[in-house]
Amino acid sequence: MEETKINAQPIDSKIPEGPIAEKWTNYKAHQKLVNPANKRKLDIIVVGTGLAGASAAATLGEMGFNVLNFCIQDSPRRAHSIAAQGGINAAKNYQNDGDSVYRLFYDTVKGGDYRAREANVYRLAEVSNNIIDQCVAQGVPFAREYGGLLANRSFGGAQVSRTFYAKGQTGQQLLLGAYSSLNRMIHAGKVKSYNRYEMHDVVIIDGRARGIIAKNLVTGKLERFAAHAVVIATGGYGNTYFLSTNAMGCNCSAAMACYRHGAYFANPAYVQIHPTCIPVHGDKQSKLTLMSESLRNDGRIWVPKNIEDAKKLQAGQIKGSDIPEEERDYYLERRYPAFGNLVPRDVASRAAKERCDKGYGVNNTGKAVFLDFSEAINRLGIDVIRQRYGNLFDMYEEITDVNPGELANEINGVKYYNPMMIYPAIHYTMGGIWVDYELQTSIKGLFAIGECNFSDHGANRLGASALMQGLADGYFVLPYTIQNYLSDQITVPHFSTDSPEFDAAEKKVQKNLDDLMAIQGKRSVDSIHKELGNVMWDYVGMARTKESLETALKKLKELRKEFETNLFIPGTQEGMNVELDKAFRLRDFITMGELIAYDALNRHESCGGHFREEHQTEEGEAKRDDENFFYVACWKYNGNDETAPTLIKEPLHYEGLASEGRSCHGWL
Amino acid sequence: MHDIPTDTSFLEMMDILNEMLIEKGEEPVTFDHDCREGICGMCSLYVNGHPHGPATGATTCQLYMRRFKDGDTITVEPWRSAAFPVIKDLMVNRNAFDQIQQAGGYVSFQTGGAQDANAIPISKEAADEAMDSATCIGCGACVAACKNGSAMLFLSAKVSQFALLPQGKAEAKRRVKAMLAKMDELGFGNCTNTGACAAECPKNIKLSNIARLNREFLCAKCSD
Ligand SMILES: Cc1cc2nc3c(=O)[nH]c(=O)nc-3n(C[C@H](O)[C@H](O)[C@H](O)COP(=O)(O)OP(=O)(O)OC[C@H]3O[C@@H](n4cnc5c(N)ncnc54)[C@H](O)[C@@H]3O)c2cc1C
Ligand code: SF4
Ligand code: FES
Repeated sequence: MEETKINAQPIDSKIPEGPIAEKWTNYKAHQKLVNPANKRKLDIIVVGTGLAGASAAATLGEMGFNVLNFCIQDSPRRAHSIAAQGGINAAKNYQNDGDSVYRLFYDTVKGGDYRAREANVYRLAEVSNNIIDQCVAQGVPFAREYGGLLANRSFGGAQVSRTFYAKGQTGQQLLLGAYSSLNRMIHAGKVKSYNRYEMHDVVIIDGRARGIIAKNLVTGKLERFAAHAVVIATGGYGNTYFLSTNAMGCNCSAAMACYRHGAYFANPAYVQIHPTCIPVHGDKQSKLTLMSESLRNDGRIWVPKNIEDAKKLQAGQIKGSDIPEEERDYYLERRYPAFGNLVPRDVASRAAKERCDKGYGVNNTGKAVFLDFSEAINRLGIDVIRQRYGNLFDMYEEITDVNPGELANEINGVKYYNPMMIYPAIHYTMGGIWVDYELQTSIKGLFAIGECNFSDHGANRLGASALMQGLADGYFVLPYTIQNYLSDQITVPHFSTDSPEFDAAEKKVQKNLDDLMAIQGKRSVDSIHKELGNVMWDYVGMARTKESLETALKKLKELRKEFETNLFIPGTQEGMNVELDKAFRLRDFITMGELIAYDALNRHESCGGHFREEHQTEEGEAKRDDENFFYVACWKYNGNDETAPTLIKEPLHYEGLASEGRSCHGWL
Repeated sequence: MHDIPTDTSFLEMMDILNEMLIEKGEEPVTFDHDCREGICGMCSLYVNGHPHGPATGATTCQLYMRRFKDGDTITVEPWRSAAFPVIKDLMVNRNAFDQIQQAGGYVSFQTGGAQDANAIPISKEAADEAMDSATCIGCGACVAACKNGSAMLFLSAKVSQFALLPQGKAEAKRRVKAMLAKMDELGFGNCTNTGACAAECPKNIKLSNIARLNREFLCAKCSD
C-alpha cells in the first residue's frame, strides 16, 4: 500500500496576538479595510447558498462588493441547510442559567474533544449573539414565551438552555432569513444569482484564485466566471457514505477541486454519526431520515436481554411490545447511569453498534435498536407526549407504518406502546478544507466557509452548532476578513475570462466530462456509489482499526478502477444529463473516501467522531493521545488521485483552556 | 414495475425505474428532488391528478408506495403552469417564485445593525401564526393546483409572515404592492377563491393568508 508522506513544513494559521478574549477585537481594530468607493471595483464569487453562502453573499453585497452567487438547486432557498431541525446555539444567557461566551466556547472545545483551534472557537462563541439579533431583525419567527420574549431549549445534553428554535424547522427559517437578505441584494443588482449551476473547477492565476468554471446544468454547457476572490460554501461530504441524513445533492466536488489545486484538506476522518435515524430497510433505499435528538429526552433505548428474543424479533415472530420490562436491556442506562439515554452522540451510536454486532439487533437486518416511550406515556399520558413529539411520531408513522404512540400490549398490568426503531447514520462532517483564522485556504484568494471548512468543531460537533457556525462565518467573520485580502487588490481591474489560464481550466474540465461519457461500461452511477457507501460504512465507519482501514484503501482502489472502466452514462452532454452530473460527483466521493481512510489510519487515537478500536478504555470509551495527536492533520494533494497525499501538521496551542480527559461520568 | 416493497418511497420507486432504464441503455426520467424529507420544496410531480399525489399535508418525497394497490396504474406528470416552463421530462423552472420574493419578500435591514433580539417582545400568538405562514416551502403545488395558475397562496404566505411581525410593518405597503405587481407581470393568473391551492398545499398554508394579503393590499391602495 502507498505510504503517506509527512512534511514538516510549518503552517501559518494567522492567529492574532493577545489574550483569547481579545483576539477578534484586536483583529478587527487592525485589519485592512476596503473603502466604499473601491468595493464596487471588486468582484467576489460565492459558491453555495446554504446558511454560509447565502449569508456571505448577502452581506458582501450590502457592503458594496459585486457578488456572483451559485447553487446547484433551482433556487438558493433549497440548499441543504433548509433541512436542519433542532436549533441554533447562542450565548445570550436569556434564561439566566449561567451561560456566557466563555461557557459556550468551553463547551464547544470540549465537545470537539480538544481538537479544534481555540481562537476560532472563541470568536464563534463571541459572534453567536449577533446572529440571533440579526435573524430576529430579518423577521425569523423564532419560538417565543407567553411574555413575548424568545424561548430556549437545552440541546445535546448541554447544562444550559441556549438553543433558539423555530418549531422543528430552524434551518428552514434561518435559511429563508438569509435568502430574504440575498433577494434584497439581487433586487438591488449587487448579487447576481446563478441557479442550477455547478462549479467544476477553480481557476488559479499566479497563485491566486481568480475564478471558476461552472456547468450550466440546464444547457449542459461550461461557462467561465472571473473575480478577485472565490468563496467556497458548498457544505459537507457525508454523502461519501451514500446513505446519510444529507440531501441527495450534497457533494464534495467543489472542495475536491480546491484540494486538487493544492488547498489542504483538514481532518477528513472526523465524521459525525447521529444515533437516532430511521434504520435502513433495504438496498433500494436512497437516504436516511433523522429523527430529532430531542426524542432521547423521554425515549428509552433498549434491546432484548436474551439473544433468543432478538432472534425472534429479527425473524418477525414477535414484536417489541411482546417483551416485558424485566427482559429489556436499557444498555445506555446500564452503562452510563449518570447520563442514561442522553450520552453524547458518538457514545450512543457506538453503543448501538456494539449491541447489534453482538446479535441483539431488533429488525430483519439486525441493525436497529428500540427507542421506547412506554414509560413516559404511562407517567405523563399520551397527550403530553404527543404535544412534545406528535409531529415526529407522525413522520415516523408515515415512513414506517408504525405509530409509536399506539398501545400495543399489556403484560402484568403494565401498558406497552409500539417502540420506534432507530440506528445511527452519517450526519455531519467536521473535517473540511483547511482555513486559517481569516477563513482563507492555503491558496491565496480562496476562502471556505460553513460545513465545507474544518474550522470550529474539532473532532466532534455539538448539536445546534453547525447553523451557528455557518451564519457566523457568512454574516460576521468572512465579510471582515476577506477585506484584509482584498485591500491590496483594488488596483487589479475586473478580470477577463479570456486568458490562457481560463482556456486551460475549461479544457481540463471538458476532458474530464468527455472521459466520463466515453467509458460506456455497464454499471450505473448509483450502483457504484452504493458500493462505495458500503465499503465506507463497513471499514471506515463508527469503529475503525488499522486492518479495516487498510482493507478500505485496497477496496477503494479497486472501486476507482471499476468506476473508470465500467461506468455507464446514458444520453449526451447536450442539455440536462443528471447521470453525468452524478458521475462527476461520484469520482470525487471516491477520492474523498480515500482521504478519510488515510487520515483515519494516520490518527492512532480515538477522539470525537473518530474511533479506533485499538485506542479505548476498559469501559469501551474513546482514548485520546494528546501527546502525539494534538494537531490538525492537513492533507496535501500529490498531483494525481492515485498517489497518497502528504500530511502536514498544524500543531494546536491552547491558551484559554487546558485539555482534559473525557469520560461520560463527568462529561457534558 | 414489479416487486416494489411497500416501504419504498415514491421517489425511490422512481429511482428503481431509472435504474431499470439505465440497465437497458436508455435515458432515465429527469425529476427534481433533494432533501427527500418534505422541507426543501424541490420535488414536484403531479401524481394521479394531484400535485404531490394523493396524500394530504405531504410532499411527493413523503409519499410511500403502500398508498397504492398492487396492479395500480400511476400517472405522473410535471407541474403544469404557464409560469413554470418544463425543462426536461418532469422537471420545471420555478424561477418566477424567486423573482416574486426578490420584488419585496424581505425586511430592508443591513447586517450588523440589529438591536438586542429581546428588545421588542412579540406575542407568542403572533410569532406562532407568523411561523405557520413562514412554513411555505415554495414548491409551487398551489400554482399547479389552481385552474387560473395563481400564485396567491405562495405570495400571501410571505406577506402574512411579515404582516404579523413588527419587523415587517415599516415596509408593509410597499412590499405587498411590489410583490403583487411582479406576480402579474410574470404571467400567473388571478385568484378566484376556489381554494384548490390550500387543499393541495403540502404544508397546510391556510386560505386566511390570502384574505390577509387582500386586506394589506387594500390598505396600501387606500393610502396611495
Ligand atoms: C437532517 C439534518 C438536520 C440538521 N440539524 C441541525 C441542527 O438542528 N442544528 C445545527 O446546528 N445543524 C444541523 N445540521 C447541520 C447543518 O444543517 C449543516 O451543517 C449546515 O446547514 C451546512 O450549511 P452550509 O451553508 O455549510 O452548506 P449547505 O447548506 O449544504 O449548502 C451547500 C450549498 O452549496 C451548493 N453547492 C454544492 N456544491 C456545489 C457546486 N459544485 N457548485 C455550485 N454550488 C454547489 C449547494 O447548491 C448549496 O447551495 C443538520 C443537518 C442535517 C442533515
Ligand atoms: S403555499 Fe403551499 S403549495 Fe404553495 S408553494 Fe407554499 S408550500 Fe407549496
Ligand atoms: S425532495 Fe425536498 S421536499 Fe421533496
